Amino acid sequence: MTSLTIDGVTTQVQEGTTLLQAAKLLDVKIPTLCYHPLLKPFGACRLCVVELKRKAGYELVTSCNTPCQEGMVVSSNSKHVVDARRVLLELMLARWPNVPVLRKLADEFGLAQPRFTSVLRDEREDACILCLRCVRICDEIVGANALGFEDRGVARRVVTPFNLESEACIACGACAHVCLTHHIKFEGEDYKGKPPEFLLDPNTAIYMPTAQGVPKVPSIDRDACIHFKTGACQTCVAVCEPGAVNHKMVDEEIELEVGQVLIATGYDLFDPTPMARYGYGRLDNVYTGLDIERMLNSTGPTGGRVLLKNGKPPRAVAIIHCIGSRDENHHRYCSRVCCMYALKFSHLIKERTEAEVYNFYIDMRAFGKGYEEFYVRVLHEGANVIRGKVAEVVQAGWSKQDEGTLLIRCEDTLIGRFREIPVDMVVLCNAIEPRRDAQEVGRLFGLSRSPDGFFLERHPKLDPVATTTDGLFVAGCAQGPKDIPDAVAQASAAAARMLATISKGVVEIDPVRAEVIEEYCSGCRTCNALCPYNAIEYLEDKKVSRVNSTLCKGCGTCVAACPSGAITGYGFNDEQIYAELDGILSL
Amino acid sequence: MKTRNNDLGPRIVGFLCNWCAYTGADLAGVSRMKSAPNLRIIRVMCTGRVDPSFILRAFQLGADGVLVAGCHPGDCHYQEGNFKALRRVLLLKRILRQCGIDERRLRLEWISASEGEKFAKVSTEFTEEVRALGPLRLEVPEEVFAEEMVMVA
Repeated sequence: MTSLTIDGVTTQVQEGTTLLQAAKLLDVKIPTLCYHPLLKPFGACRLCVVELKRKAGYELVTSCNTPCQEGMVVSSNSKHVVDARRVLLELMLARWPNVPVLRKLADEFGLAQPRFTSVLRDEREDACILCLRCVRICDEIVGANALGFEDRGVARRVVTPFNLESEACIACGACAHVCLTHHIKFEGEDYKGKPPEFLLDPNTAIYMPTAQGVPKVPSIDRDACIHFKTGACQTCVAVCEPGAVNHKMVDEEIELEVGQVLIATGYDLFDPTPMARYGYGRLDNVYTGLDIERMLNSTGPTGGRVLLKNGKPPRAVAIIHCIGSRDENHHRYCSRVCCMYALKFSHLIKERTEAEVYNFYIDMRAFGKGYEEFYVRVLHEGANVIRGKVAEVVQAGWSKQDEGTLLIRCEDTLIGRFREIPVDMVVLCNAIEPRRDAQEVGRLFGLSRSPDGFFLERHPKLDPVATTTDGLFVAGCAQGPKDIPDAVAQASAAAARMLATISKGVVEIDPVRAEVIEEYCSGCRTCNALCPYNAIEYLEDKKVSRVNSTLCKGCGTCVAACPSGAITGYGFNDEQIYAELDGILSL
Repeated sequence: MKTRNNDLGPRIVGFLCNWCAYTGADLAGVSRMKSAPNLRIIRVMCTGRVDPSFILRAFQLGADGVLVAGCHPGDCHYQEGNFKALRRVLLLKRILRQCGIDERRLRLEWISASEGEKFAKVSTEFTEEVRALGPLRLEVPEEVFAEEMVMVA
């Protein structure tokens, strides 16, 4: 530890602490320009000068790169310091009179008009003041080295190599982020001046995927993270006090031996882009149900406000039901949840905006407990419901006042009329569909799928959670579209069924088994290779095969193949099948 | 051969696997799908259990057609029983030809548990196909026998 005195206050700091850091610990304000906490001290602007007391007189040093030493006596606002800073500022202002950061400092120091003039006078507000934070961050943190300086003295400039578009640049935007004057702009992302909620995507590479997620930990987007591009940065590691950030973490495969599996792999959402007539991905302000869900979320990008792309609230919103469901061209089934979430959206949009809400439905399916009541309530709130499938969503017009407005074309089948309804926002209630890897998962577990592609239960009424394979259960949207109460009910039932098997301690197996009658077995071993479960062993001493009745699942392949008829399949032996044949062919 | 009532139309025996085709047939029934009533079903755990002798016995006992239906390739509940069935049926078809039985009277189909519609379609189509082939006559008709006797003499 080192002890020193700053502005009359004596303090102890860690070895290697700079004067600026020590001052910060004591809440002593020192103006800086080129200093950035993540960067190595540079000492270019010299605005952070402080006075060090010496045996004879004083010495002015830059606090950002002067380490604390035992017994130092520092003054951060003596007359010498203030005079020095004023002169520095005046010199800078002479060259860059209109840069806001400098103007702000000038006001603080009471500098109305600099005494000097400069031949290099640059009137721009976003002139480069050569703090070189951009060059240093590109080198030290990003590791891309896409920026450098050219020339010396008054001619010094920040440039990309050879003044050409830099191939080393990874477009991380760090230079624009640290630029004090917005001299460096990040092209393609014009976020300046827009409210932050319009940055709909996570705009840093490390972010909280969901605000209320459990566990509440941020995740790193490998594709966007600078560290994974250049191997440098690690700013998050530097600032994380508990040291929780680990860039070396990799996906690992963990093998577990289990006796039962619950398949609850969920669903995918139908992508409405191919249904070009609804304009998703083509027209502004056309969203899917999940997009709007995010917008309505109070921890979402707009803080729960319903807004158009131009930042204004919508005057009218259309909610189109059955996008991809109940549609011969896509999915014939009903996705079950859309009617109710569409009504929820109607309710929330009505609650939060002045907008008219139009629901375009085929049939309103308010099937659950309290659902019909909610539907009636939403109707009373003034939501419009129009029975008819929307034909198309088009841009309404090109005149200024219509800008961005959409037009819904549909048939109102209840009044038998073609209608055109202008709206500002369209919500598409897209279908629930089987996960794209459902086939692979099905093959992996030997699960059948129904024609709609969801996993097939053992029986639609009597056994809706089990599958035809013992120990394998299904729950939730993996089995078919369903809402949260239904998914919870099914999952609870499946969990209870699994627990019942566990607490019983024994597994009951079907009595359908094959058995070798050893007297008839010739030991040809034809059956040995046929068994998919390796349940047939060959007894070398007796020269016969034997079926292990625990491994045998009773398929009967070996029974059918045995050339000497030595294998019997209990429940399905030859005599029984012949008797069945006799019976069914007796007429 | 037992006396038979030909008014009932072709008699077809179906060996359906418990997990796919039989469940599919059940689904067709539960869904009230229309299919020909000629298929007489025997449930087996797997099409791999279908001994070729069952099929021959069925023809012997007066079946006009035999349908073997199991899971789609790769979906077998017992991993590969349906492939065993495929192997056997293909071989058996050659033997049927040698016995003078039209190989179209034996049919192998893949019907999954959810394909009630396919089951109804297959059973109806197959019935019509067998109906077109006419009743299976295994014993040599009197007149043919007489002709042959003349030739021998």
